[in-house]
Amino acid sequence: MGLSRFGGLVKGLGVARRRPFATSTSSSSSTAAGGGTIVRGTGSKSLNLYSAINQALHIALETDPRSYVFGEDVSFGGVFRCTTGLADRFGNQRVFNTPLCEQGIVGFGIGLAAMGNRAVAEIQFADYIFPAFDQIVNEAAKFRYRSGNQFNCGGLTIRAPYGAVGHGGHYHSQSPEAFFCHAPGLKVVIPRSPLQAKGLLLSCIRDPNPVVFFEPKWLYRLSVEEVPEHDYMLPLSEAEVIREGTDITLVGWGAQLSIMEQACKEAEKDGISCELIDLRTLLPWDKDTVEASVRKTGRLLISHEAPVTAGFGAEISASIVERCFLRLEAPVARVCGLDTPFPLIFEPFYMPTKNKILDAIKSTVNF
Amino acid sequence: MSVSSATNLAQPLQLNNAAATPRSNDMPSLLLPPKASSFLGSTRKFRPTSLSHSSAHRRSAVVAVSEAVKKKKVQASSNLLITKEEGLELYEDMVLGRSFEDMCAQMYYRGKMFGFVHLYNGQEAVSTGFIKLTKKEDSVVSTYRDHVHSLSKGVPAREVMSELFGKATGCCRGQGGSMHMFSKEYNVLGGFAFIGEGIPVATGAAFSSKYRREVMKQADCDHVTLAFFGDGTANNGQFFECLNMAALWKLPIIFVVENNLWAIGMSHLRATSDPEIWKKGPAFGMPGVHVDGMDVLKVREVAKEAIGRARRGEGPTLVECETYRFRGHSLADPDELRDPAEKAHYAARDPITALKKYILENNLATEQDLKAIHKKIDELVEDAVEFADESPLPPRSQLLENVFADPKGFGIGPDGSYRCEDPKFTQGTAHV
Repeated sequence: MGLSRFGGLVKGLGVARRRPFATSTSSSSSTAAGGGTIVRGTGSKSLNLYSAINQALHIALETDPRSYVFGEDVSFGGVFRCTTGLADRFGNQRVFNTPLCEQGIVGFGIGLAAMGNRAVAEIQFADYIFPAFDQIVNEAAKFRYRSGNQFNCGGLTIRAPYGAVGHGGHYHSQSPEAFFCHAPGLKVVIPRSPLQAKGLLLSCIRDPNPVVFFEPKWLYRLSVEEVPEHDYMLPLSEAEVIREGTDITLVGWGAQLSIMEQACKEAEKDGISCELIDLRTLLPWDKDTVEASVRKTGRLLISHEAPVTAGFGAEISASIVERCFLRLEAPVARVCGLDTPFPLIFEPFYMPTKNKILDAIKSTVNF
Repeated sequence: MSVSSATNLAQPLQLNNAAATPRSNDMPSLLLPPKASSFLGSTRKFRPTSLSHSSAHRRSAVVAVSEAVKKKKVQASSNLLITKEEGLELYEDMVLGRSFEDMCAQMYYRGKMFGFVHLYNGQEAVSTGFIKLTKKEDSVVSTYRDHVHSLSKGVPAREVMSELFGKATGCCRGQGGSMHMFSKEYNVLGGFAFIGEGIPVATGAAFSSKYRREVMKQADCDHVTLAFFGDGTANNGQFFECLNMAALWKLPIIFVVENNLWAIGMSHLRATSDPEIWKKGPAFGMPGVHVDGMDVLKVREVAKEAIGRARRGEGPTLVECETYRFRGHSLADPDELRDPAEKAHYAARDPITALKKYILENNLATEQDLKAIHKKIDELVEDAVEFADESPLPPRSQLLENVFADPKGFGIGPDGSYRCEDPKFTQGTAHV
């Protein structure tokens, strides 16, 4: 079982390489949200997203005695119950509450990581991550680089619930992934379902680079899947094709994928065969898989909840155009949130809904 | 008298020696240094203000800022602290706050309002005690628990309720919601979902008032700013930065800590190395005061002094109000973590009941008067709900307004007209 020790034999991994150490036991493909081909399980249980994350944290703390989980309200289980049972099981020296200071929480985590520990910091909502933005971008991302590899904070993983939840309003619904994708030295990972979340989170915690792990809060209770009970990891920087098609490639991540999947099904009725890709890791992202898919279909549509201007979709669009310009049959479409602050009462108008995606699919295919 | 007290306060005071603090009666251990392992925060036990004080003792236990007020306390046992009008005004304001919040809870469970709603039940004495001493031009900066601050400041209940329902007639045109109450007319500068974010904003507002007075020579501009925030915020960097700036520039601001002992599920004692927040004031060069936040009269006395200081240009004050929220952190919080004994202790010190008792015992008003107030408030709140129900939702065209100063910041669309004027614009993707 690939329990890679932090700082263990990870050959050849530099910041430039996209393919991480492949210690995961899984063949990464689960072709749909339901089935999984994660091998060697003794059993699996039907879990929702927060329970899967909880399991991943239990396993992470079990397998490394120098790992810690901390953040606001984590001891009683956290406002989303992701950390239930950890304090009771591992003690409050390893699972503890911090005062309400995000900058302090992340900075403190960087310090822990720099001394060779695995620090899993929880930011209560991704909207609150901005005081810590300075520490993440200026310190965590650059630690290894500027110390000439003497120190690194690879043991740091920051978990934050992101994304719309229906009633969150301005400060409980934001998707800040694009801000972090702009900082070389960090990894940004977003799971779409419980099975993915557990594997990806364990990979993130054990990855020798600082990772920001965004969890789609809408799916905490809604998304339920059979999740293997054993320790498994999913590879980072590998996108997954979750639906095969021939007419258009759709790329997304997190909660948005379920909306896109619905749009794909509707498009199928009109005879449009859609290929849906879950990017899973946004930084460094798997350009090869997306490129191969676009070479097959000739069209690309990207969808995310964050505002469209300078969202991560822009990066995907630009890179794919660079690589596949002559193959493209239509402009790359982006169906994203509007360029306004995340609204409260107007949330249904702001969101990239199934209908907006469907319209874009049709207009791209009929370009 | 006021001159001498002004000079007394110029230096950071060694305020609140042990004898004066209300909690010192039964707690000499407070003065001992904390034990070695403070891994989980402070090891000091929190002893809330004892219930057994009679009303006369309660008054003298106020830790006031200036000697002048202290002296007055000693003689004041026979004088009443408020007149009948003031008493009824305070009572009405607290009852308004309480009834409004209770109605919010009802509406939430009926699905009329949504989102994250944080109720203020139990803490009314702080809002009423402070804000009822302010003028319309004074500014108030609050947190996400801001409905009652807005109501005390004068924002009509109708507007607040509409805002909660998300209607276009709300004080922020439906765009803010529960956590973002703003009012230009009444100088409520928000409503901040993020803890501590409002404190620098309040500091800036205070600066502008001082600037107008001293640089622009508007001598009558003595507006003060009140910044309300909680105990959890007192561990946040922004708080300390602003204490420093306010004291450095002697800004007319009062930092009011509503210490209700809990930050969602985190006890203040386990999160703070020194749980006595008022001590952080003198560390930065301003007086720090602790007051019993469940007693509106005590809060009012301290507020009078602190606001007076700020108006005279003597600088900021940090006031820690020991208070308690009767409900959970928000309407989505099951509130399982707090000890029922603690809740009962504070429920017995309900500020509204306490004021009612004071008013009746001192014959300031009759039961009839108080009942009339309750009736009036009930009608007001019902009217607010009806108004909110009947108000229209904001039109879709409002979606793009107020992003930039000029909504035409969204540019010109392919058909040559301004994008924001095209109704189809919001159906697609609104690009800048």
